[in-house]
Amino acid sequence: MAAMIRFEDVDFRFTGRGATQPLVLERLSFEIERGEFFCLLGPSGCGKTTVLNLLAGFEQPSSGRILVADHPVAAPGVERTVVFQGDDSLYTWLTAVENVEFGLRLAGVDAATRRGTAERYLTLVGLSGQGGKYPSELSGGMKQRIQIARALVCDSPILLMDEPFAALDAQTRSTLQDELIGIWQETGRTFLFITHDIGESILLADRIGLMTAGPAASMKTIVPVDLPRPRRRSDPAFGALYERIGVVVSEEVRRSAPMAR
Amino acid sequence: MSRLAEERAASARAAGAGAERRVRGRRSGRRFVVPNVLVPVVSVAALLVVWQIVAWALFPPVLFPTPVLVAKAFRNELASGRLLGDMAVSLGRIFGGFALGCTLGASTGLLMGYIPAVRRALDPFIQFGRFVPSISLLSPALIWFGIGEGSKLFLITYTTTFIVLLNTLAAVLTVPRNKIRAAQCLGATRGQLFRLVILPASLHGIFTGMRVGMGLSFTTVVAAEMIAAEAGLGFLIINSRLWFQTDVVFVGIITLGALGYLADKTFQAIIRRVAWRYAPTN
Repeated sequence: MAAMIRFEDVDFRFTGRGATQPLVLERLSFEIERGEFFCLLGPSGCGKTTVLNLLAGFEQPSSGRILVADHPVAAPGVERTVVFQGDDSLYTWLTAVENVEFGLRLAGVDAATRRGTAERYLTLVGLSGQGGKYPSELSGGMKQRIQIARALVCDSPILLMDEPFAALDAQTRSTLQDELIGIWQETGRTFLFITHDIGESILLADRIGLMTAGPAASMKTIVPVDLPRPRRRSDPAFGALYERIGVVVSEEVRRSAPMAR
Repeated sequence: MSRLAEERAASARAAGAGAERRVRGRRSGRRFVVPNVLVPVVSVAALLVVWQIVAWALFPPVLFPTPVLVAKAFRNELASGRLLGDMAVSLGRIFGGFALGCTLGASTGLLMGYIPAVRRALDPFIQFGRFVPSISLLSPALIWFGIGEGSKLFLITYTTTFIVLLNTLAAVLTVPRNKIRAAQCLGATRGQLFRLVILPASLHGIFTGMRVGMGLSFTTVVAAEMIAAEAGLGFLIINSRLWFQTDVVFVGIITLGALGYLADKTFQAIIRRVAWRYAPTN
């Protein structure tokens, strides 16, 4: 199977004034298969979001290549939509349904068609009947659903999600995790999902990419999750995998700690 | 994080409301309850009484006229039509220059915010020009545009342009990066990004600039009219001073304050009705 996404020896440093900035990523290489649910896990500050920004085309690698379906990424594009961390990416002057249909509006889809599609996706994320509300009238979990619906509406083959559930309460998070897996299974799209929650990554991912601690982070190891779906946290195999990954992550966190001092 | 902050703010508001209710509850047990709308009425009335007493007891009318004298002068000026005429002249200048300045300032600010090359090219002029008080340009304005409407329009436009421009620019530059990135990864062209994201996200900044600009327009027109004009509220004030009609001077001052207050309230009401959804709530 051909890789949908391929990072080849990617270096990244922010371009700063004067002095050379330290490397954020160093020789980062990995692949994500078409239709795969790939979770990126790593200690905070290791550069997970930078990986997403590079793949989305918001930043350019300092060296190395990033290929999507064998084409190098040059700029943001509608085939790679992003669900951002936090909710400041929603358009506060638009209603929920207007936010969801935003991508279709950009594409020039006529008003009636795009409204119909947007309503369908609102239902998919469990927000039917809430379309007329403004983001300020919605809870954090609802806003996150709007973001997900807005990204899904474009039919992008690739979805990039940056800790979309990090700020949510456990109950809402669990519901949205189930819904997300449902959507993924239904649509067969490729997901890159960033998280620092080991349990969440085991629950969702086909494979988990474990990053080393920054600076100059790279891929430490990639762990396949061979548990049958739907997955249960109470499954002993789940716990065993959690242990295994936990050891690696805390090793990396310890390694990064003296540097943070 | 922002959700947490919102929740905190909401609970703080709720607690605040509760406290208010408790205070009101305690108060309603007493004999005198003053409804909120009456508070400013009472405070203004109190000021008028104090003014009347102080002015009447301590000063000759030519130095400090009592409110009663000012009210009489107000009635005379209104009856003669002079006050309305001067008001119309000043307001015409203010709104003319204000409209021009808002258009110029907002459009330039948007362009500077969105196109870095334009920003770099114009920045020196902006940084220089914003420290030049418009009134210091009165002499060249008089030479170029004459003593009539032209020079006043120029000065008010100048004042408004800078303040609206700076506020617009700041608003454009602080549009949350994720709002821009979201549009980019949903397929927005440069034009769409500007029209559908940058512009609506910056409107609150433009409005803020306009409100400040409105206040400065009043200042500028009066200053200009005091130095060189044949009509307008500034002219009314300076001209009455020459004739020791201190009561009419106060009529001019109070009219200015009232007009400014009204203009701002109207502007706010319009924004609330038309543009409430552009308030930055997130």
